[in-house]
Amino acid sequence: MSNTSRLRAVTDRLFSGSATVFVLLALIVVALTVLNPSFLSPGPLMLFVKKAAPLILLAIGQYFVIVSGEFDLSVGSLVGAQVVIAALLIDGVESATWPVMLVMFAGGAIVGVVNGLATTILKVPSIITTLGTMLVLYGAIRWLTGGAPTGALSEQFRQLGRHGIDNVPLIGQVPWALIIVIVAGVAAVFLMRSAWGRTLITIGDNERAATFAGARVWQVKTTAFVLSSLMATAAGILIGGYAGVTAQVGQGLEFTAITAVVLGGVVLGGGRGWVVAAMAGALTVETLFRLFNQLSLPSTIRPTAQGLIIIAAVAYAAVDRARRQRTPRHSDVATS
Amino acid sequence: MNTTLLSMTGIDKSFLGVQVLDGIDLTVEAGEVHALVGENGAGKSTLMKILAGVHEADAGTIELDGKPVAFTHPLQAQQAGVSTVFQEFNLLPDRTVAENVYLGREPRRRGAVDTRRMIVDTESLLADLGVEGLSARRRVRSLSIAQQQIVEIVKAMSYDARVISMDEPTAALAGREVALLYDLVERLKQRGVAVLYVSHRLKEIFDLCDRVTVLKDGKLAATGATADITPDELVRSMVGRPMSSFFPDKLPATTVGDVRLAIHGGGNDQLDSIDLTVHAGEIVGLAGLQGSGRTEIAHALFGVAPFTRGTVEVDGRPVRLRSPRQAVRNGLALVTEDRKTEGLALNQSIGANARMALDAVRPGASRARARRIPQTLSSLELVSRGLNQEVRFLSGGNQQKVVLTKWLVTEPGVMVMDEPTRGIDVGAKHAVYTLMRELAAAGMAILLISSELTEVIGMADRLVVMRDGRIGGRLRAGELAPDTGEAEVMALATGSTATEEAP
Repeated sequence: MSNTSRLRAVTDRLFSGSATVFVLLALIVVALTVLNPSFLSPGPLMLFVKKAAPLILLAIGQYFVIVSGEFDLSVGSLVGAQVVIAALLIDGVESATWPVMLVMFAGGAIVGVVNGLATTILKVPSIITTLGTMLVLYGAIRWLTGGAPTGALSEQFRQLGRHGIDNVPLIGQVPWALIIVIVAGVAAVFLMRSAWGRTLITIGDNERAATFAGARVWQVKTTAFVLSSLMATAAGILIGGYAGVTAQVGQGLEFTAITAVVLGGVVLGGGRGWVVAAMAGALTVETLFRLFNQLSLPSTIRPTAQGLIIIAAVAYAAVDRARRQRTPRHSDVATS
Repeated sequence: MNTTLLSMTGIDKSFLGVQVLDGIDLTVEAGEVHALVGENGAGKSTLMKILAGVHEADAGTIELDGKPVAFTHPLQAQQAGVSTVFQEFNLLPDRTVAENVYLGREPRRRGAVDTRRMIVDTESLLADLGVEGLSARRRVRSLSIAQQQIVEIVKAMSYDARVISMDEPTAALAGREVALLYDLVERLKQRGVAVLYVSHRLKEIFDLCDRVTVLKDGKLAATGATADITPDELVRSMVGRPMSSFFPDKLPATTVGDVRLAIHGGGNDQLDSIDLTVHAGEIVGLAGLQGSGRTEIAHALFGVAPFTRGTVEVDGRPVRLRSPRQAVRNGLALVTEDRKTEGLALNQSIGANARMALDAVRPGASRARARRIPQTLSSLELVSRGLNQEVRFLSGGNQQKVVLTKWLVTEPGVMVMDEPTRGIDVGAKHAVYTLMRELAAAGMAILLISSELTEVIGMADRLVVMRDGRIGGRLRAGELAPDTGEAEVMALATGSTATEEAP
């Protein structure tokens, strides 16, 4: 691809389904800055990044699954289970931190494999499969904690969610969370440009055509579920560090993540959407919640707002697509 | 019967500044079958849609029975007696034939739908048209495509249609079903209905139609009685190219080499005792009626519905083909019958679709081979706005070129092409045929599956005719006389002659 066509690919994307989210994000940031001029200064901004990072990671994971035409409802419970189990296993022992993190990622991968294989091999619709794993993990959390989590996270564990590289000129502190999000985001962009990523979107668009072209659908989709679970594990590590351990950690995050992805213009049912826009969607949801705080609205308004966003975003995308399909372009005319 | 029923005069239409129709005049008489032909993009569909009330003309008048009419909605056209049978049917699969025919205007008795009258009326319409073996009570889902088309026509008749236009009515029909349609059109004609018949197939135009109007690039290219024009002249006015070059000759460099694909005693629940070989440089045609096992062989080779008996060898190696992936890895390619549901991801770009098979099967080699995509696409004369354009915006012919590119870049040894020219315009067809000749010359083995007999006879070196899941007979294309060849193949396909095993 030449540079101009590459540039065009990017602008095409910005001005297709995902343009709205960037506009929305900019508007909310402007509103926030007007209400609270210090929002964009380094300190508060980095604090906000720490708060927003887990949802961005979840949105990346959810993007892989949604773009392939599936759902992952298990991520919220998975975040909760990971945090609670980590606290139980580490129990305040510093030296246990890294081994336990490895165990967490392994556990996350297993959940992803189960979700993926049940969906692709057993043909259980993913909305049911992951609803099932969501309930199983939710039950496991309650059983393990009896309502009040035991054990404690180590200081090292909490580093990732809370701290960063200190004494950076101008900014002060660069949070680890920011670095993790950037690395994950760049990796996701490259992954989506790889053969696997292109096959994933093709499967989301037309699974039958992908199968006829020789794609191993079960493998590609299961990988997407595994990535989603791994992202949830990483999000769990950040949330555990930032917010600490409670039995309620992670509750409802699956829907927030889906809201974020849908807001990013990723089409439910698969085949359309850009991972960067999904990340912007997560950022938009977090800034919106921040705006609610700024306006002193009760936090109980959040689920209502999420519900409205999901419906509005999907409806907007549907209307937009219908409009696009009705308007003949030059090239359409040739088919008539 | 020289009564002009419908006349369209000076029809103009443009979309976003592109002139699609430019001063088209068309008159259709009662009891006449009038063919409307032209390449894709010539404006046939737009003209039909203006007649059907889907689009409004920018300029020009439509007169029905001498009275000017203007349709702004399909319903108005229908009520005025102008019905259109589009390629995609507007039927509800889970309702009965009668319910579909009277959809939205069911006869009522004391407020409730009068089911009995609806069925009686539908049956009498069916009887009027001489249709047998189709009950008004059957669910549309259980009907064949040909029968569904009949339901559409019956629906049109139930509006007392005086003009029926049909868009490529035979595109999805097999030989026997086409004969049924011929009968039906004949009956419509006898009843004084004017039929506007859009088709790509020359044979139908000359068999069925009284007059023909040719559109080219949105303009009227020719109009006249079919008796006064030869097929050759017709093709030339459509494309500006004579018919003799329609099926390109075998390239001089083509030599028949080793066996690349061999099936010995292949069978599964739909196929039995399939013995078939295709050599390098050879095009083998697979003919037969719909459901006779043509597509089933393609699916068995491609691991979609694999052979459960017998062996398959590719380039002399025995292979197990249990999934499309294994087939692709063994150097097979399948241009599927249904481009939109099996061949393309319509919302993705041309580039992504062209890489689809490479990405799916050989991600390692993907990059180097993908570099050849633009070159392959341009050698097929793809018309597009660039690699980033989504394939759903392309015409059928251009979509097929993307499908072909998808397979060509995997460098297959055996190419199975199932109806490769279905629903594409004459120019694109020619491009496909030329490509097949070039591939054969390059040593590829090609299995061509087609329900268009002229196509298999024109392109294939050998013909294998399927009947009821078995091989009904074999013919050498060179030995077939041009005028009786089709009849010979049909005879084998229907089993009306004893099976002859030619060498």
